[in-house]
Amino acid sequence: MDFVIKFASEHESFRLPEIEALAVLEGVNLKVKEYSSESPFCVVQLPSVEDAKKLLRRSVMAHSIHELWGTGATLEALHEAIKSQTPHLWPQYKETSFKFVVDSYQGAHSNEERLALINSFSYLPFDGPIRMSKPDNTFTVFELWPFNSVPLKIEHPDSIRLGRFVATSARDIIHKYDLKKRKYISTTSMDAELSLVTANIAHAAPGKLFYDPFVGTGSFPIACAHFGAIGWGSDIDGRSMRGEGNKKKNLPSNFAQYGLKPQLGGFFSADLTNTPIRRRRIWDGVVCDPPYGVREGLKVLGLKNPENATWLIELGVNEWQSPDYVPPKKPYSFLTMLDDILAFASDTLVDNGRLSFWMPTANDEEQEIPVPAHPCLEVVVVCVQVFNKWSRRLITYRRLPDSQVSKSDLEAHEKQRAEAAAANTGTTADDLNPFRRGYFRKFEAES
Amino acid sequence: MKVLSLNFLTCAVKACKSSSDSYPLHPQDAELVQDEIELNPDMLINVLPRLDWTALRTTSSELGFPALPEQAPTAEELQADEKMIRDLHHLLLETQISEGKLVCANCGHQYAVKEGIANFLLPSHLV
Repeated sequence: MDFVIKFASEHESFRLPEIEALAVLEGVNLKVKEYSSESPFCVVQLPSVEDAKKLLRRSVMAHSIHELWGTGATLEALHEAIKSQTPHLWPQYKETSFKFVVDSYQGAHSNEERLALINSFSYLPFDGPIRMSKPDNTFTVFELWPFNSVPLKIEHPDSIRLGRFVATSARDIIHKYDLKKRKYISTTSMDAELSLVTANIAHAAPGKLFYDPFVGTGSFPIACAHFGAIGWGSDIDGRSMRGEGNKKKNLPSNFAQYGLKPQLGGFFSADLTNTPIRRRRIWDGVVCDPPYGVREGLKVLGLKNPENATWLIELGVNEWQSPDYVPPKKPYSFLTMLDDILAFASDTLVDNGRLSFWMPTANDEEQEIPVPAHPCLEVVVVCVQVFNKWSRRLITYRRLPDSQVSKSDLEAHEKQRAEAAAANTGTTADDLNPFRRGYFRKFEAES
Repeated sequence: MKVLSLNFLTCAVKACKSSSDSYPLHPQDAELVQDEIELNPDMLINVLPRLDWTALRTTSSELGFPALPEQAPTAEELQADEKMIRDLHHLLLETQISEGKLVCANCGHQYAVKEGIANFLLPSHLV
């Protein structure tokens, strides 16, 4: 059976990856027959109407899914297609209430035109009452018009389809998790839509364990918890989880706001390079938006110049138990951080568990930062959110079972990592972060 | 901090990672709170193979819970044993350390727990 998925007209590169991830998660046999980033309408083949409902039930990038009754380059061609392909379906809808609606993308109709368009389907033998509110069946005429067709006075759409409504998606939850309504957020909290898409692509689901090593105010564990997973998180800055001063606004209170307290795994202060998490296959998913090092340089525990700071070391030795003690931090390389995230995920994800993380890069090809690789992790999909001169990518990997990992690749990777770490002798935030360097140069060529 | 989280955590000091004494961390002066959480058997069965059972037995007895069986149940055994599911659920998910310390038996480092959030950040001489 063919279906039309109506997608949201934004974040185009996330739309298919989300649907494909959901098909794998729900065990639905999905075949994409027609898709373009220019159009919100996507034609897919699915075994049944039930599968269509399953596929959409937690999607946030899709609006709705419809049983496809016909496609044509013109209205006449559409009618021909409907008359030749769907007569066997007509008897089912003979008595039911129904309505017709028109969904024109990049085009418009006057009321008279719309009515005439709808009336052109009058050959369908539907004898049931027409109901504008809550009809048994809704038939939608999908029109795809060329870009700018209204000012250009273009008279006909490029393609027309008819679909019978099957199900809506979960897109409404974006409003529930809207950051504007969340009681506790910070400057870098990930917006609700992209957090939920990340949780979908990473396969967050009931009974699964998810971890975010850069948790901040908890956008990702909350999105994962919405889909039934249990969320853990840590951050090098304990204040982001505790909230400052006001005890009523903190990470746990965000969970409480959404009634997700039972899905709260736990939070702790920790640094990824000195993590207390055991190197065991624990997590079903690791999701994070690591710091980009632009607002402030990247930091890990340690001293930049230990030989000049013996007093700081002594302070640590004497004072570490004091509640006010703040351990010193040193600059951290952006590329080392990416490698450390991959190494951590490969050590702690279960087989086929997913790592989904965000990383920025310059749009200029010469300055592009490559997608980091690890022999134990297979890249599933890369989605891109483009800004003016830079973009951020959501990169998703799958943990390969050990039997599929080449031992020699793994050894070569370890060696390469050690060499790269040794070569990374820079000490300033700029030295250590090509993205930050580019950002403050406005991504002009490096002189 | 849930008892389940404690089962996933060890001493953050790199030199301790190779020592068997650094795991599990030992709760000290721990104030426990109980949260009532809806039972989720599927989650427990999913978690079972990822638990370090020996460490869980240690933690459980240190926190004053009744002794756990010597061997971890299999997924089938757990599924069939409703009492065991309830007990594990209570121990792993409903029991939380709200205040206190977690101590490494190898290096003696103490990690403070405040308002349920443990602090694993290390001073410079231990990094």
